[in-house]
Amino acid sequence: MTKDLEQGAAIATNILAKGVASLDSPPPPVRPTVIEASRGWVPLKLSLLWEYREVLYFLVWRDIKVRYRQTLIGATWAIIQPFTTMVVFSVFFGRLAKMPSDGMPYPLFAFAALVPWTFFANGLALSANSLVHSGHLITKVYFPRLLVPMARVLTGLPDFALSFLVLLGMIWWYGLLHSRPALAWLPALALLAFVTSLGVGLWLSALNVQYRDVQHAVPFLIQVWLFATPIAYPVSLLPEPWRTIYGLNPMVGVVEGFRWALLGRGNTPGPTAVASALAALAILITGAFFFRRVERTFADVI
Amino acid sequence: MTAVAVRVDNLGKQYRIGGDRPAGELMAREVVSRLAVAPFHKLVGAARRLWTLPTNGTAPRSSAPHHIWALRHVSFEVPRGQILGIIGANGAGKSTLLKILSRITEPTEGRVEIYGRVASLLEVGTGFHPELTGRENVYLSGALLGMRKAEIDRKLGEIIAFAEVAKFAETPVKHYSSGMYVRLAFAVAAHLEPDILIVDEVLAVGDVAFQRKCLDKMEDVRQRGRTVLFVSHNMQAVTRLCERVLLVSGGAVQEDGPASEVARRYLLSSLRATPTATWEDPRTAPGDEIVRLRSVRVVDESEHTIASLDIRRPVGIEMVYDVFEAGHVLVPAYHLYNESGTCVFVTHDVAPEWRGRIRPCGRFTSLVWVPGNFFAEGVLFVWASISTHRPFRNHVTCRDVVAFHVTDTLDGDSARGDWDGNIAGIVRPLLTWTTTSRALPSSIHHAHQADP
Repeated sequence: MTKDLEQGAAIATNILAKGVASLDSPPPPVRPTVIEASRGWVPLKLSLLWEYREVLYFLVWRDIKVRYRQTLIGATWAIIQPFTTMVVFSVFFGRLAKMPSDGMPYPLFAFAALVPWTFFANGLALSANSLVHSGHLITKVYFPRLLVPMARVLTGLPDFALSFLVLLGMIWWYGLLHSRPALAWLPALALLAFVTSLGVGLWLSALNVQYRDVQHAVPFLIQVWLFATPIAYPVSLLPEPWRTIYGLNPMVGVVEGFRWALLGRGNTPGPTAVASALAALAILITGAFFFRRVERTFADVI
Repeated sequence: MTAVAVRVDNLGKQYRIGGDRPAGELMAREVVSRLAVAPFHKLVGAARRLWTLPTNGTAPRSSAPHHIWALRHVSFEVPRGQILGIIGANGAGKSTLLKILSRITEPTEGRVEIYGRVASLLEVGTGFHPELTGRENVYLSGALLGMRKAEIDRKLGEIIAFAEVAKFAETPVKHYSSGMYVRLAFAVAAHLEPDILIVDEVLAVGDVAFQRKCLDKMEDVRQRGRTVLFVSHNMQAVTRLCERVLLVSGGAVQEDGPASEVARRYLLSSLRATPTATWEDPRTAPGDEIVRLRSVRVVDESEHTIASLDIRRPVGIEMVYDVFEAGHVLVPAYHLYNESGTCVFVTHDVAPEWRGRIRPCGRFTSLVWVPGNFFAEGVLFVWASISTHRPFRNHVTCRDVVAFHVTDTLDGDSARGDWDGNIAGIVRPLLTWTTTSRALPSSIHHAHQADP
């Protein structure tokens, strides 16, 4: 009871204090926010994304914080996934099938590809389901929806960094760790993986809102894509011009680029890499516009 | 100075309802061939829809039978510094209006201009994540509601203190009591400093202290010359807080005027409230991915639906709901409000069968009995809700979902006895009176008789 009274008094003082303060509060901005029906294709409004960058930061921060809570081995999972796949590939493709690996030790050959691949595949899987899983936010609060799949892909960065460290450790163990100028290409290649993951994620997450078929198709898509990318086998198995066309799968450029930059062997990025970069950009841009086009119905359909 | 804060001009929102056309009568051969090609037809149809659906502004759509206008021809202006109440029955279009003003969904036609920074509070604890600590959730929720990180840094201590959870700031909110959860969520909202605050009454579902805090906060906001749009069913709150009220009905603004007048008319029109509510389509039924309400009804002792109740008879309120996701403890509850918006009581399911037990998937029917000789005369409005209490999560709240009329009798065997006038009070229990008597001492008896 006394507590209530105290609180009441506190609120009253608050009101008085703020009432006085309001006298010199700034006038409302002259330019209003306009809410109208949009039609057809709409601009991306990248400036809005910048304005809401802190929301993006907190969404990523939340996902990273929550990700390994209540797990026993925490972030070790980030390493186990690509590492186990590498071991399996090394045994079945490397040892049993005697798959060529462009002169690299097969485990290294596979792992250098699996590290960016895992970042891509996890980002894709998470972002494809991101809108559906964020339904409670999308129906309750406004912010640019593009941030949702974007945050999900970015969430994979710490995992990517961790497994990259393991990759460096492996290269060192094989005695192949040298500084070389090609290493400078790595950030660009990681960006290419990010762009591809986000681009496909934008398409799929937006489609998933309307058609939940997508969430059933995603694991299947990732599996097919894994084998359509030279992870277990070298791209040199393919002759030109098929190789360049093959590069339209942006992950070909990423995976080949990683091997080349880190190990100094394999194929120097050429037309394949250009094809990959262009394809990734095309997916991202069309994905972003498609997303914006269907975005207006998210809250109604989700 | 009458600067405009919000200007709504000829606003309309159309929703698509239903799905594929009914199949009609088909011959067996056709059925088989259709089954074979159906998935492809669906895919083609889906692709076509996906390109046409988003252009939700095209006019010819209005005549199509699969489309309904949730809101149409709505225009009003809110001057800066006004508290505007928005009332209306379920499905009247209030929530749609709220969602458009909050930029959660786009209008189909018309235009809204908003002058200033908007914060909308459509739920308790926007963005709260159960695994995150209290402090972390303040940041997350604050950012989503429009606060800058620097601003949250500055106000963090104040928010935690206001919520009275200082000791648990580093505890994941999934371990919070529902009271703590709600206090923290509200504390974040209370420290927003928008020019325009949009509040859904969902916020006012909580214990009495919390409701009062909400109302006090809005009072506070008004004192500071901010604009508030307050959607409510609570007549007392509306008349106490708002100078002006919009009554939304059938997707249009039916009344716009001084609060007390509009509130009274609203009560009259809502006397037509029904004793049953049913949702045929599980996809649009109220609820979330865990549980959805399918029907609510008011029944008599023989479980027949009734709209009018003899004050002496018990009344049952039944809700049928589908649990889609197993593994949650669910607590069905009812709030009962009388005509003047006073909550008569709240009842939770505390029966041992499901108390604290996780539910499997399935269809559940929960029925509660209110004994006879309990309510006062008048209309009782029922809010049905289903929540999980630890951590608190409200799955469904359906306001005024059903209503019934309680009538007293002049038979003489109710609490009214032989009195035929008005009786005050929000309940009218038939209580046991006992009166004993003994003979007066003769001295008093004689004195009384001698008096005149």
